[in-house]
Amino acid sequence: MLQVKNLTKIYDGGVKALNNVTFDAPKGQFLAVIGLSGSGKSTLLRCINRLIDPTEGQILWNGEDVTAANPEEMRRIRRKIGMVFQHFNLVHRSKVLTNVLAGRLGYVNPAWSLLNRFPKEDMTKALQQLERVGIADKANQRADELSGGQQQRVGIARALMQDPEIILADEPVASLDPVLAHSIMKHLEEINKKDGVTVLCSLHFLDLVHRYADRVIALNEGKLVFEGLPSEIDDKKFKDIYGRDAERVG
Amino acid sequence: MNEPNKNDKKSSLWKSLGTGLAVLAGLIVYAYGFQITKIDLEQLRSERRQESLVRVTRALAQPDIFEYEQVSEAFTAPVYVTCPADGGIVEAPDTSGPYVTVTPSCAEPGEIVTVEGFKFVPNSSGPVRFVPGSDPTNVVELGNDTATTDADGSFSVGIKLPKRPSDEAQFIRVTMRRNVGTPMFTQTARETWNKIIETVFLALLATTLGTILAIPLSFIAARNLMKSVRSPLTSIALSLLGWPLGIAIGYLLVSWVGKLSVPFAENIPVNVLFVALTPILASLGLRWSLPEEETSKPSKTTQTLRLIVLFVTVLIAFYGLFQLANLAINVGLLGIAGFGSLAFLGNFLFQLGDIIAITTPVLGGLATGSALSSFLGRTGQRASEKLAPGAIRLLNILFATLAGATLFGLFGRLVEWLYQIGQPTYVLWGPLIVGGLLGLALAVTTKPKDTLSTGLVIYYVTRTVLNGLRSVEALVMAIVFVIAVGIGPFAGVMALGLHTIVSLAKLYSEQVESIQPGPLEAIQATGANRLQTIIYAVIPQIVPPYISYTMYRWDINVRMSTIIGFVGGGGIGFLLQQNINLLNYRAASAQMLAIAIVVASMDYISSVLREKYV
Ligand SMILES: Nc1ncnc2c1ncn2[C@@H]1O[C@H](COP(=O)(O)OP(=O)(O)O)[C@@H](O)[C@H]1O
Ligand SMILES: [Mg+2]
Repeated sequence: MLQVKNLTKIYDGGVKALNNVTFDAPKGQFLAVIGLSGSGKSTLLRCINRLIDPTEGQILWNGEDVTAANPEEMRRIRRKIGMVFQHFNLVHRSKVLTNVLAGRLGYVNPAWSLLNRFPKEDMTKALQQLERVGIADKANQRADELSGGQQQRVGIARALMQDPEIILADEPVASLDPVLAHSIMKHLEEINKKDGVTVLCSLHFLDLVHRYADRVIALNEGKLVFEGLPSEIDDKKFKDIYGRDAERVG
Repeated sequence: MNEPNKNDKKSSLWKSLGTGLAVLAGLIVYAYGFQITKIDLEQLRSERRQESLVRVTRALAQPDIFEYEQVSEAFTAPVYVTCPADGGIVEAPDTSGPYVTVTPSCAEPGEIVTVEGFKFVPNSSGPVRFVPGSDPTNVVELGNDTATTDADGSFSVGIKLPKRPSDEAQFIRVTMRRNVGTPMFTQTARETWNKIIETVFLALLATTLGTILAIPLSFIAARNLMKSVRSPLTSIALSLLGWPLGIAIGYLLVSWVGKLSVPFAENIPVNVLFVALTPILASLGLRWSLPEEETSKPSKTTQTLRLIVLFVTVLIAFYGLFQLANLAINVGLLGIAGFGSLAFLGNFLFQLGDIIAITTPVLGGLATGSALSSFLGRTGQRASEKLAPGAIRLLNILFATLAGATLFGLFGRLVEWLYQIGQPTYVLWGPLIVGGLLGLALAVTTKPKDTLSTGLVIYYVTRTVLNGLRSVEALVMAIVFVIAVGIGPFAGVMALGLHTIVSLAKLYSEQVESIQPGPLEAIQATGANRLQTIIYAVIPQIVPPYISYTMYRWDINVRMSTIIGFVGGGGIGFLLQQNINLLNYRAASAQMLAIAIVVASMDYISSVLREKYV
């Protein structure tokens, strides 16, 4: 269970990227975050695992205050929160397998990672995850030799290595064409439905929201402007979220 | 419409006036420059200069590299000084081989006769001498006495007969020198070879040393990595205190371990035994005390036990290092005595052992310092999370004052050691009080739960030191090191090494600052700590530019090491300078040629490698 309470983020330049945002994400839910670009979706997701330190407010993760955690506690919290990125964020020059194994870094002893050593079980597990996302044959290729869709699968495999309880996905399909987008979304859906992993996913297209999300929250200029079921977004709500001049296409 | 026009005119007038003034100022600057740098083309026209220029240029064009073994053969032709009654009839020479004739075959002293030779080796030369008939061992030198054969192998010189009248036949002897066999290297060439090898290795060692130390420095000189490092004052103060304390404890402890190894120091089998056992014990200890992966938090007793095992393991590892040093020294000594021409390998082992023996306690000190500092830092971190603000403030005041006093006190000791001021007010009590007060002020002004950006402070300090040292030329550093460690290549290695560290650290850190932030963020998000983030997200991205910069630096170091000898830093420069000072330009030319060849091939190799790996 993730609880976000009165979250506010003001960047150094004075931009108020999040303005008093409050919502819950119950365990096992597929929660979509929508909003125009610049509305604060990325900032919100990054505050949850403290890649960005929020200015005010509280984030409770299974009752534990993430905003007050020290570095050691943070390491323990983060390793249960997988993250998938719009631009995949793979280490290009490393092998696919190494990229996937990196998902275990929160568990392995830092002293051993100096020697680039992972336990045997992790190796097997990494190959299993690659199998699961359908690119086991690419394990020994360099990450930048893969296509965009394949790279995002590696990104998902890396998140799965963490044995996550929640996955934060920041526009995971915005850099992919529609066909690939669905295949990536289906992987997330399967992880959500089969493994019971909570998914918090920011999305651009409403049709994807309708197709995959259990619930939606919408941001506009950092404010939470909608919270509810995808089917509840009518024309009026749509204009609230995307602005007066927006045209509904999907 | 009028207004802007007027303005335009005015401004254009000002503009031309400004341009005129700038040109005038430029002229003055250059005129003064000519004066200062003593540009004087008359010098070039002076005959004396031109002569020596020609001489030097010719010498430079004939580097002293090859020589031939020379054989000299003497050929004689009889001559009568004062013509005898019969008119000085001489036997016809044997014309089957080289031969010499004198015409006329008799003459008065002081007269000039023509000495001719035929069938000699073309383009050879040798002295022409007069051998008195009564005393064949006595050789009289003559003016204008060198015979040089032309392309046909003939020569002809006119010589003035000496005042040695005699009734007997006397002789003109021509000694022809001839190169035989294959060309050989001259002494200069061999010296040059030795020194150019020294030069290349000097550059190699300096580059290696510099690269190894520049890599960690480049991380703490990178803004993007250091920006987010923040810690509470309690933690900072405690970790500052941990450093000197840990270094002192570690140094003493490891030195004590070193003493334990002394009784078995000279026994090679024992050395080998320990050197073989240590890695096994150490890896067992490490494996047990640092489990590869942990999903749940271990109990307090397990943690304590692990710490103890880790401590013992580290002590064993240091003991093994000392034994390794002993082993290297012993084997090295044997090698120096027994390897003959491979004695340099023995010397290498011996020096390596010595280096290990000297650096191990220092290493121990630094390791303990960093361990204690990070332990205390973490304790401070925890304390500032758990305790009430009032208690934290109290702790901060205590520890910050102590840390400030320690830091400044140590600095005072350094000043005292450097300048021998000898007044405790300035170098002991003063710094202690000032440091303490500064710490106190910081503790009072900092809010108890606030974090300070330690990372940025370290970043700025490192950058400042790097920039300062980088602006000192390697040649100047070499002068300093020559004073510190004496003339020779070691001083050169130290100077070039230091310069390499600071300049590479700067270049490297700029590469770290320009990596993609995405993978960094992704690795952090998995729960990786700082070290893991660097290893898995930073290093893979910076390998190509690091290789490229190291190559580039290796190139520069080879160039620099060719001239570092000018100030006594070893390498070929010393020889070059010496020969220039002795006006021995042919030898100097050989050395310049060697430098040119090495630099050019270095250039080529590094460009090939760079293309291949980057
Ligand atoms: N590092 C930053 N520094 C300053 N402003 C930022 C930073 N990152 C994002 N912003 C600003 O914060 C707002 C929200 O950005 P973001 O969270 O990236 O929105 P979204 O992901 O919805 O496009 C934008 O106005 C953006 O310009
Ligand atoms: Mg975004």
